[in-house]
Amino acid sequence: MYPREFDYVAPTSLEDAFAALGDDSKVMSGGMSLIPLMKMRLFSPGTVVDIGRIAGLDTISEDNGNLVIGALVRHGETATNPLVAANAQALATAAALTGDVQVRNRGTTCGALAHADVAADQPGGALAVGATMVAQSASGTREIAAGDFFVDALTSALEPNEILTSIRIPKAGPGEGSAYDKLGRRGGLSDYAVAGAAAWVRMDGGSVADARVALTGVGTKASLADATAQAVIGTDGSESAVRAAAAKAAEDVTVIEDLYGSVEYKTHLASVYATRALLKAIANAG
Amino acid sequence: MTVNGQEVSADVEARTLLVHYIRENLHLTGTHVGCETGYCGACTVHVDGAPVKSCTMLAVQAEGLELTTIEGLAQNGELHPVQEGFWERHGLQCGFCTPGMIMSAAALLADNDNPSEAEIRHGIEGNLCRCTGYHNIVRAVEYAGAKVRGEEPPAPDWEGAS
Amino acid sequence: MATTSVMGGDVRRREDPALIRGKGTYVDDIQPTAVLHIAFTRSPVARAKITSLDTSAAKAMPGVVAVFTHDDVAHLGPLLAQVPIGKLRPLLAAGEVNHVGEAIAMVVAENRYQAQDAADAIDVDYDTMPAVIDLKEAKSDAVKVHNELDSNVLHTWTYHGYWAALGLEDQTPQVDAAMERDDAVVVSLEMINQRLIPVAIEPRSVVADYNEGYGRFTVHSSTQVPHALSGVISKTFGMQASDVRVIAPEVGGGFGAKLNVYNDEVLAAFAAKKLGRAVKWTETRREAAGSTIHGRGWIGTATIVGTKEGEFLGYKLEAIADMGAYTQNFTVAIPLLGLWIASGQYKMPVSWTVDCVVTNTMTTDAYRGAGRPEAIYYLERIIDAFAHEIGMDPLEVRKKNFWQPDEFPAVMGCGFALDSGNYAGAVDRLIEVSGYQDLLKMRDDARAEGRHVGIGVGSYVEVCGFGPAVLAEIGFSWASYGLPASFNGSGLVRVNPDATVNVIIGTGPTGQGHETTWAQIVGDGLGIPIERIRVRHGDTQEHPMGIGTFGSRSLAVDGTATYQATARVREKAALIAAHILEASADDIVFEDNGAYVAGSPEKSVDWAAIAKAAYQAHTLPEGMESGLEAYSAFSPGNATWPFGTHLAVVEVDEETGDVKILKYVAVDDCGNVVNPMIVDGQVHGGITQGIGQALFEDAVYDSDGNLLTGSLLDYLIPTAEDLPSFELSHTVTPTDVNPMGVKGIGEAGTIGSAHTIVNAVVDALSPLGVKHIDMPLRPKRVWAAIQEARS
Repeated sequence: MYPREFDYVAPTSLEDAFAALGDDSKVMSGGMSLIPLMKMRLFSPGTVVDIGRIAGLDTISEDNGNLVIGALVRHGETATNPLVAANAQALATAAALTGDVQVRNRGTTCGALAHADVAADQPGGALAVGATMVAQSASGTREIAAGDFFVDALTSALEPNEILTSIRIPKAGPGEGSAYDKLGRRGGLSDYAVAGAAAWVRMDGGSVADARVALTGVGTKASLADATAQAVIGTDGSESAVRAAAAKAAEDVTVIEDLYGSVEYKTHLASVYATRALLKAIANAG
Repeated sequence: MTVNGQEVSADVEARTLLVHYIRENLHLTGTHVGCETGYCGACTVHVDGAPVKSCTMLAVQAEGLELTTIEGLAQNGELHPVQEGFWERHGLQCGFCTPGMIMSAAALLADNDNPSEAEIRHGIEGNLCRCTGYHNIVRAVEYAGAKVRGEEPPAPDWEGAS
Repeated sequence: MATTSVMGGDVRRREDPALIRGKGTYVDDIQPTAVLHIAFTRSPVARAKITSLDTSAAKAMPGVVAVFTHDDVAHLGPLLAQVPIGKLRPLLAAGEVNHVGEAIAMVVAENRYQAQDAADAIDVDYDTMPAVIDLKEAKSDAVKVHNELDSNVLHTWTYHGYWAALGLEDQTPQVDAAMERDDAVVVSLEMINQRLIPVAIEPRSVVADYNEGYGRFTVHSSTQVPHALSGVISKTFGMQASDVRVIAPEVGGGFGAKLNVYNDEVLAAFAAKKLGRAVKWTETRREAAGSTIHGRGWIGTATIVGTKEGEFLGYKLEAIADMGAYTQNFTVAIPLLGLWIASGQYKMPVSWTVDCVVTNTMTTDAYRGAGRPEAIYYLERIIDAFAHEIGMDPLEVRKKNFWQPDEFPAVMGCGFALDSGNYAGAVDRLIEVSGYQDLLKMRDDARAEGRHVGIGVGSYVEVCGFGPAVLAEIGFSWASYGLPASFNGSGLVRVNPDATVNVIIGTGPTGQGHETTWAQIVGDGLGIPIERIRVRHGDTQEHPMGIGTFGSRSLAVDGTATYQATARVREKAALIAAHILEASADDIVFEDNGAYVAGSPEKSVDWAAIAKAAYQAHTLPEGMESGLEAYSAFSPGNATWPFGTHLAVVEVDEETGDVKILKYVAVDDCGNVVNPMIVDGQVHGGITQGIGQALFEDAVYDSDGNLLTGSLLDYLIPTAEDLPSFELSHTVTPTDVNPMGVKGIGEAGTIGSAHTIVNAVVDALSPLGVKHIDMPLRPKRVWAAIQEARS
């Protein structure tokens, strides 16, 4: 309930933020994941670097054919922004299904990605829409493909001195669509994902020209289900084709059991939600 | 920061949670603490008009921001329609979750004064109540929505209601 | 609906104006000058010897005023328990720990943060031992939890033998013989009624202060039972109960979790006295999950025998109930509450055995329903399985076996008499208001489309209104706490000179609206507007004796006492009014904040004049003492036995196992109703807790005794999004156990709902061959049951 003591820094520029970062520091944007961990004393950084007062990080913009979501864009904004809806529906839906109203008012999309919770929604969405993570530090900017970003439970590819300052998502082209669906812990859509899947497709002439499928909640990290994506490419995207492809959803994942599902069940759900997400993505691709 | 229209300031430890600052420094004890995982919503206040959980914010993060707590919701002694709705439709029993619940419901109606039952339930999913089963909370918000719209609220649904 | 006279009034709550403005005072809101804060060091292991305990670093930390361990408090003895069967909880761990979360050391510091820092800095070494978690393993005594006890089985409750003095007949041979009949249909299931965490949204909290000059404690606590706490503290410290003033201000939900006296409350008093300063402790949610009592936690096999025509021939339950590591308030007695309603609404022989076993987990005790939801769950689940087995409508099976209205009072095999009932009447009402026949058709149509829709029904009878003096003889009383033994209700009604009324009662709300309901009772009796009536509760200094709020007892027992006290005040007030009006007291009618002479409404006097007259000798009838107040106590001759039948419609997503509640209809009968709005609110909340058990909630210890569900992230209570709106109806069958004819409604919803939901889900999946799924019916379990049925 009561965090341990720490030093608090609230820089107003990225440069000052980089200067404050060290081995025993932690970046905080909305604090929705970090503060509860600190309150339960499961995690106690020496320094909290609150990037919440750095100007210019709270926008969603278009840049050179990409959608750019800044580090301080909150879940609620990601969920309702028309640009995100038009170009990255899977991420918009995942953001809308993250936490509750209060959490969506404070927590940030980039923060959720950096936190890399295995049962979080937005990592799946980011993977499916082919996001690129933009990590900055005093020594420069590093771009990390979403597929390389999620390393393990609560572990991303970010170095302790780096800040995820934005993510970049290619704008949707003709025939492209994406979607996210999940089963929440209480059933339905509420709460963390027991299993969830995000899918992105490019339809061309009545067949699936390209696809990405990502899973969350199932394994030790959010990850791409390449076998399913490969299997669905070239098909007509019909329910039977999608179902057959989605049967391979958990092939590339180390499925882990938790209070909400056995390995067998989560393996099954991976296929169910890969199917549902793909069918919705195909529908969204129009 | 500004709380309920009053400018306030204090030196606090960095680790002081906003809810403890509100309760123990400002003595506004209507904002409650029900958990430590940011789940129950009893600590919900408005920060710059949006409902947030004050147990999952550091007091220092609120520097310069504008807060409204349950104590600041009624204006000039007049209950907010949501407060009135909770009273009229038995939207509370023990009352502990109530301030946070009311703050969430008030924010919901500020965005949408005619929410469906599903939208009401979705809008308060971040506030746990263990007494009411939410049934009468939904009725209370429906009542308040009607008031905000200037309509006659739906009749109570208990047998023998007047 | 039938309601008692004023009452039945559709009155908005007196409590609410403060609460909706954030102006209610809960314990943690109380901030005495220079108050110190407590934090506990708690065991991370389930069973171990403590090999070393080093508090030196903690004592040297900033803000730390004191650190206490077992040696400092050993002289106070263990925490007293009401039914002291088993091992009592040491105030602080005495060289060993027996569950995760057990308090080992208490830190007192200048603020909460510093207290927690120091509690973390206490160094404890453990020599761990295998934990006993599994109930069957515990019963086997393969490993004993407490060496000083003969067995892990603390007590065995049997239907006929729970109280030898009654000389009840053992019905087991009848049940066994029925099973041997040629025409017998026997249905049996092993089922788990899982352990639950109560989760009042207000964490428990205590503020203790001791005034050395007066030699008196003042303790504010978030408790359902302030008088019991006063008794425990006074007995522990060798003081008079009246020198321990306990105040329960607003209490943010209880559900039985606060129907207990806790070591932290006694320890806070100890620290306040020792340090000469006020101290405060407020539990964290993690502590609430692991160190405040749990409920339920049974595994058992229920068997019913009947004919294929649907006649029940007998019912048998053999179960094991988890007591946790230490015995607290009622712990071992909880299953007894289930025993009394083991036969439900049905006339049949019963064989019922529950072994109470100790394990390395947190203590179990009363959680909303307490023993009754467990008992009804086993009975009503197996009845449903029986109905499916013989292919009969589950409502029809039930109706065939109900006690009939002309059979009341109906003496059950357990010796108690059901007071009143019209069980079939409630079912008929349910059929009507739910549109049962249409629902059946809707279900069948949905099935034809390949959807998995199910309808579940569940009946219940419950026992509440705890007050009969006989209970004291079997251990239900506060006698072990040095307080009077009987569970009497009590109430004092005082008309003040300004014609306002103070009502002081021995039971206080944790959300049930006592301040409103009691004001209605008194206002009705005296013709005084409820705005002028102030109901006071929860302060042991104001009222000499109070039993508290639990077991749906308040209205039927303490409410009756207040009703009687009101009548006495009215008698005297009538004499005064008659004196003023020069009329006969028999002709005085109280109404509209005054009194008039029957038949001559122009001869009237208002309450202001009556009240004023009552306090001045010269305006009173000759020989009458001044003042206008009465105290009354009530000891009912029997408990009360509310009942009802619920219905749920659910749909299951076959692919994921996800359950959605499409409709929930409840018909409850709690006798006469004082405030229908409040009654419905109680039912809504009760149903929700039953749904929580049916679908979501599960307190899980792993085999090493780690609590895996120590936060609201993983202990899932229902949110608004998980539930439908409820459709409620009532039948009214008054009781003659008390003059108001009221029974009690606080727990009914919970007792009626969990099995209703499970019955509905099993019905939905019965075409696939699913016969049972253990709660909580999380998607993973439902899916697994579907797979198993298919294979």
